[in-house]
Amino acid sequence: MATQPIDQFAKRLHPDTKAAVYDGSKQGHDKRTQVLFDHFPDPDRLRRIAGEIKQHVVENLDTYLPQVEARLQAHGVTVHWAATAEAANAAVLAIMRSRGATRMVKSKTMVSEETGLGPFLEKNGIECVETDLGEFIVQIDHDQPSHIVKPIIHKNRRQIAASFERHGLGAYDDDPQTITRRARQHLRGKYLAADVGLTGANFVSAESGRLVVVTNEGNSRFCLAAPACHIAMVGIEKILPRDRDLGLFLNLLARSGTGQQLTVYTEFISGPRSPGQPDGPEEMHVIFVDNGRTDVLASSCRDILRCIRCGACLNVCPVYRQASGHAYRSVYPGPVGAVLSPLLAGEDFATLADLPRASTLCGACHEVCPVDIPIPDLLLRLRDRAKQEGVPSPGTPPMGVWALLASRPAAWRAALFGGKLINHLPVTLVPVPALRSWAGNHALPEWRGGAFRTWLKDRRTK
Amino acid sequence: MNTDRESILSRVRGALAPLPYRAALPDWEAELVVIRQARGMVDAWTLFAERLRGVNGIPLTAVADLVALLVENGWRHGYCDPALWPNLASAFPATITVETMFDRARVDDYQFGITRASLAIAETGTVVLTDTGTSRRLAALAPWVHVAVVTRDEMVIDVPQAVAALPDDPNIIWCTGPSKTADVEGILIEGVHGPGVQAVLLLD
Repeated sequence: MATQPIDQFAKRLHPDTKAAVYDGSKQGHDKRTQVLFDHFPDPDRLRRIAGEIKQHVVENLDTYLPQVEARLQAHGVTVHWAATAEAANAAVLAIMRSRGATRMVKSKTMVSEETGLGPFLEKNGIECVETDLGEFIVQIDHDQPSHIVKPIIHKNRRQIAASFERHGLGAYDDDPQTITRRARQHLRGKYLAADVGLTGANFVSAESGRLVVVTNEGNSRFCLAAPACHIAMVGIEKILPRDRDLGLFLNLLARSGTGQQLTVYTEFISGPRSPGQPDGPEEMHVIFVDNGRTDVLASSCRDILRCIRCGACLNVCPVYRQASGHAYRSVYPGPVGAVLSPLLAGEDFATLADLPRASTLCGACHEVCPVDIPIPDLLLRLRDRAKQEGVPSPGTPPMGVWALLASRPAAWRAALFGGKLINHLPVTLVPVPALRSWAGNHALPEWRGGAFRTWLKDRRTK
Repeated sequence: MNTDRESILSRVRGALAPLPYRAALPDWEAELVVIRQARGMVDAWTLFAERLRGVNGIPLTAVADLVALLVENGWRHGYCDPALWPNLASAFPATITVETMFDRARVDDYQFGITRASLAIAETGTVVLTDTGTSRRLAALAPWVHVAVVTRDEMVIDVPQAVAALPDDPNIIWCTGPSKTADVEGILIEGVHGPGVQAVLLLD
């Protein structure tokens, strides 16, 4: 039988990679569960409230977006809008050119992965350095991240040490401490020489216009301390209504993503540096990016826009653990990716329509989601859409005969009656001796097809 | 760019127009997100010190302890916020060089940086740095050791209180322990881009 693309990928996966992904995701999931239940009597209630807040935001973006824009502008921030990935990249390039800037340091942002910002800037003669350790390693390897929070979950230290050696960062040494120190030293020079620091935003408060960026390594801090210009690329769905909601979401994000109480650095940014401060950006830009989000908003899967990119659904997913992130062939892997990636693909929906089918609908992703997204329901809606659009689905068991019978009452009745013949099959006459002797000692259960219909009919007449 | 603004907003309005009703904004009690270990706590510093140690930070209650820490580890050259230095100078021996001007061109010369924190959050062991209260962003970030100085009246118990106390400031940073990563095989390494040591000095 033909298998699904994701199965084929899982089969080809190197055992080392499979082990690394399994261990990394299991560790993440275990820590999440432990810290949530150790700290809170009812973590499920927090997830449900957070889900309601984000759903409210998603369904009121028409009010919140202009409100956020006004708050930011009042703080001296220049606001840009980009309908597509190309427009977003062009906006970044235009800002850099206007300043005569040629060097960028970049903190981790998923939306810039969507737009392919790094390669685009390099093509246009701008040095763009990833500063998150994992993303930096992805960049020097010309690889793709395979996890939202742990981009190099698929690599082991030996592979990383070899990359560092190739990239001229010292002789081979696979001690994680050495790897980290070398990256620290190398990237420090990049920060201090950079003209622009680019970040994303985990949240934006509509009440105050504060952008919130969290990192463990402190790379976003450096991007906002050394260069003189800050650009933030932000998906239009990143808004929270009130500052106080940050108290809930910061608590959930850190625990769900990495099992931490709080991420090491939480940065609240509302404008260029203050007058007395010698370090940091004198100029700040925010680019709100659509890139397919308004299509998602118009679809029956808009709930996925609640997502805060914590990665908890990846860590718990049995399919992700077997297949790893690259099997999803898009920026967002795992359960969230199986919903979001085909939706964001726009006209190329069909090329990723197999992703929603690569699931047993076990529901673990829904149970761990900090914003309570009903991912299994959304997967079903996307399967339906693929069916309606006539997307071929190799790897699905043939259900044609069943569908034929199930959609025609007369054929169904006839099949039930015909099924009774099974009770009279001469199984003791099979021409294979071993089977014949087995059949002589075993009886098939009696076919009783149609009993439910009889029962229902009786019930209706009563 | 302006046309993108109009097209995005009109697509948003178009997508939402068919909804029969919009999801309401729920309210929630701050108490829900306070960890059980912090509920009913009175002495903020005791809880803070315990939680800070939990994230491998170092709580200090006397300038002499800070000096001992620096001497013990051979950290002999650093930066101090000029506004704080008069309160600390007398406890520092001549073997430790402290500058009150931070030179960006010699960023690697500074082994430690001492700056003001505006607030501390007890339940998480977090110190809050503001842009207006921090003399240099780089001095609190680039040296291997960051020492944040807080006073006893600048402490809150929990995260909701800290959110409520967010000042009007362009750059506020909550620091919870030293900079860290687990990107390489899930192994915890401290001191990636930011400080490898986060100490917090309580000054009364």
